[in-house]
Amino acid sequence: MLANSGYAEIEELSRVIPSKERLAKGAVAIAECLQSIPCNPCNSACKRGAFLAFKDINDLPTVDVERCNGCGLCVSACPGLAIFVVDESFNETEALIKLPYEFLPLPIEGKDVPALDRKGEIVGTARVVKVQNTKTMDRTPVIWIAVPKAMSMIVRNIRP
Amino acid sequence: MRLDEHPILTFQRGKEVSFTHDGKEMRGFEGEPIAVALHAAGVKVLSHSLVKHRPRGFFCAIGNCSSCLMTVNEMPNVRTCTEPLVEGMRVETQEGRGSLLGKD
Amino acid sequence: MEKTEILIIGGGPAGLEAAIHAAGLGAEVTLIERDPFLGGQLTKQTHMFFGSYEQFAGVRGVDIAEKLKKEIEENPKIKVLLNAAVAGIYPDGVVTVSQKNKFLKFKPNRIIVATGAYEKMLPFPNNDLPGICGAGGVQTLMNLYGVLPGQEIVMVGAGNIGLIVSYQLLQAGAKIKAILEASPNIGGYLVHAAKIRRMGVPILTSHSVKEAYGKDFVEGVVVHQLDEKWAPVPGTEERMSCDVLCLAVGLSPLSEILWQAGCEMKWIPELGGHVAVRDEDLLTTVSGLYIAGDVAGVEEASAAMVEGKLAGMAAAESLGYSVEGLLEKKDSARSELAELRAGHSGDKIRGGIDRVERLTRGKVTC
Repeated sequence: MLANSGYAEIEELSRVIPSKERLAKGAVAIAECLQSIPCNPCNSACKRGAFLAFKDINDLPTVDVERCNGCGLCVSACPGLAIFVVDESFNETEALIKLPYEFLPLPIEGKDVPALDRKGEIVGTARVVKVQNTKTMDRTPVIWIAVPKAMSMIVRNIRP
Repeated sequence: MRLDEHPILTFQRGKEVSFTHDGKEMRGFEGEPIAVALHAAGVKVLSHSLVKHRPRGFFCAIGNCSSCLMTVNEMPNVRTCTEPLVEGMRVETQEGRGSLLGKD
Repeated sequence: MEKTEILIIGGGPAGLEAAIHAAGLGAEVTLIERDPFLGGQLTKQTHMFFGSYEQFAGVRGVDIAEKLKKEIEENPKIKVLLNAAVAGIYPDGVVTVSQKNKFLKFKPNRIIVATGAYEKMLPFPNNDLPGICGAGGVQTLMNLYGVLPGQEIVMVGAGNIGLIVSYQLLQAGAKIKAILEASPNIGGYLVHAAKIRRMGVPILTSHSVKEAYGKDFVEGVVVHQLDEKWAPVPGTEERMSCDVLCLAVGLSPLSEILWQAGCEMKWIPELGGHVAVRDEDLLTTVSGLYIAGDVAGVEEASAAMVEGKLAGMAAAESLGYSVEGLLEKKDSARSELAELRAGHSGDKIRGGIDRVERLTRGKVTC
């Protein structure tokens, strides 16, 4: 349980995981934000309006998966670092995951790194596809990694 | 241990200065609290409790808790967690309550 | 005797916003800070803040401090005294201040106390060993001065401070052996917990410190499990080595000056301890004395900033200053506070404030 261990079980995430069909179509944001807290920057970070408007600042974010194109602008804007982008159409065998990473050293593009799950346990290997670290990301780089398709909902961190 | 690289922060340090701790020559950066310079040099024990003489280190680091009182340039009871380091300071472990009239 | 219209005690998030908003209405403000710099705890926060645009959501605490400092420095109505600690508030309204080797006396027309909070201690054998320190102390060393206090850390407390400082320790390159939390659930925001957990840090709920061990400094800690009544479960003791045991077991309002001034105080555990009775403008029972930030009740820094805004406007207003739409501005600050305290995570705070706030013009509905 997220509330007593710090990691969400896959059942707890069912509300935020898009349908199989949507996932197969391509990149989409997954906001693993499961507790109501006063916070709304994801809403204004999205230029496509894919985060539904907040009635109350304590509302949980809801992604309009039809509007979301998985660009990942929200990933570095989320103060809780709780948003990930998953693209299951990346290639035949692999899914692409974009994740926030605020540690040094940054991973190196093209290298293989250990892939970690939500508990921080090593569950396989990820290939670093891209390291995005622009000025607008303001010291929250977004790392693109490729993992086997079956791991797309399991891998959420790396250890370079 | 001093941090040189940090994913978010950059540290602006003053010029490097020397000072002594119980007579031993040490180096730190001007303007940082004395206790910070001591910690960076590996000194963890800053004082001893009055009755049982148990070792004391820094606790609050904002001048509230009195765990870091030391004698600096003969002045006892200096809160080293907030007192800025100056070139040539003589920092000594304080035994007892300290005296304003000199060593007793 | 120094003159000032509004004397603000404390240059953290609440005091900075109070100064900006009181001066914004036209009042002459003196801001007193005991540290050699402004910003208070904001200067140590590497994470992006929550809340909404009005409270700088998405901006890192350390950058918020810079923004506010700049505004203060550019405002000719605000005088800042650094390295200055308030020594007392006297019955004739005189406030004494010690600044380095100077002793100053002020006779302000209004006072805003924004002194913040202090860290609580936890009782267990050997809790006085060097290496056992407050989470705020660790932040000061690590994030202000760039010195890592140790390599292997055990954190006590999974509230927001325990979680945030753990994350900051990871960013500085330390290893966190575990985060211990006596309660069966994580108290801080679960997004903070998740980002630490996925770095591989175990968060052990229903666990606490039995005792620390070590000769001249801490070498480790004996951890034990607690049952649902928070009683230790025999046989669950486990030794965990560490060179820093970091305590993040809550904060209490730093309210000595309010006691001394004669404010009516109430014991409100949900707000961290004794807090002053206040009205909807954050005016205490002592005439002309306002409060803002953690000293008014321990909350997130976002709420402290909004309280500062409100107290600053109210204090200036009471001196006859005004701007267009002042009433709406004050009401909008109150709605911001209500929003920050809404929802489950604000339950405790709301309950606490209901017991200490005496409304003079009826409940504000936001």
